[in-house]
Amino acid sequence: MVVQSAPFDLGAEAEAFGRAPGIGAVVTFSGVVRDLGDGLAAMEIEHYPGMSEAALEEIARAAVERWSLADVLVIHRFGKLVPGERIMMVATASAHRKAAFEAAEFLMDYLKSRAPFWKKEYRADGSEWVAAKGDDEDALTRW
Amino acid sequence: MEVLYFAWVRERIGLPRERVETVATTVAGLVEELRAREPRYEAAFADLKALRVAVDQKLADFDAPLAGVREVAFFPPMTGG
Repeated sequence: MVVQSAPFDLGAEAEAFGRAPGIGAVVTFSGVVRDLGDGLAAMEIEHYPGMSEAALEEIARAAVERWSLADVLVIHRFGKLVPGERIMMVATASAHRKAAFEAAEFLMDYLKSRAPFWKKEYRADGSEWVAAKGDDEDALTRW
Repeated sequence: MEVLYFAWVRERIGLPRERVETVATTVAGLVEELRAREPRYEAAFADLKALRVAVDQKLADFDAPLAGVREVAFFPPMTGG
């Protein structure tokens, strides 16, 4: 699990991931700074160094155990990103697709509200912290 | 112990981290000590429901004990992903 400020190459990461024998399904998801043409100039992502990496490791470990994943990858960026840039990605690999899809959703649900990252939006008229959604917390109850 | 602040908690207090000598035995006790310091702390800790806490880099509750703890962090609900 990687927390970095630099961009990552989704294609190269996906290509290199899940190559072990016995793997029949690879799911990748990537989160992007939405470009809605609504004046968003940048998205800044703050994290808690040390805890953010540990939280991702713990969430990934839980997913591997629960779905018997063959492999898992999480990359999450921090710093200032512009609309269209990739914020993060997860990849899961398993023998069959159901486990890979479910585990990817589980990883996303948990890292949205249990990993210490915070987003701030910058616009021409100022900046604002993104508020957590109640839905994100509710999403955890299905697991 | 080291006390860390993130996101708008950091901005309201005006510091990313500081060393705090405390006699508090729980996170809630530490919060009360900090709130009593200055208005900027009072502003940051006004609504505890809007805050989350980590003790030694693990999510915790406000009634978590502080014995042997090296690091406490306060921040708003997380918005990763």
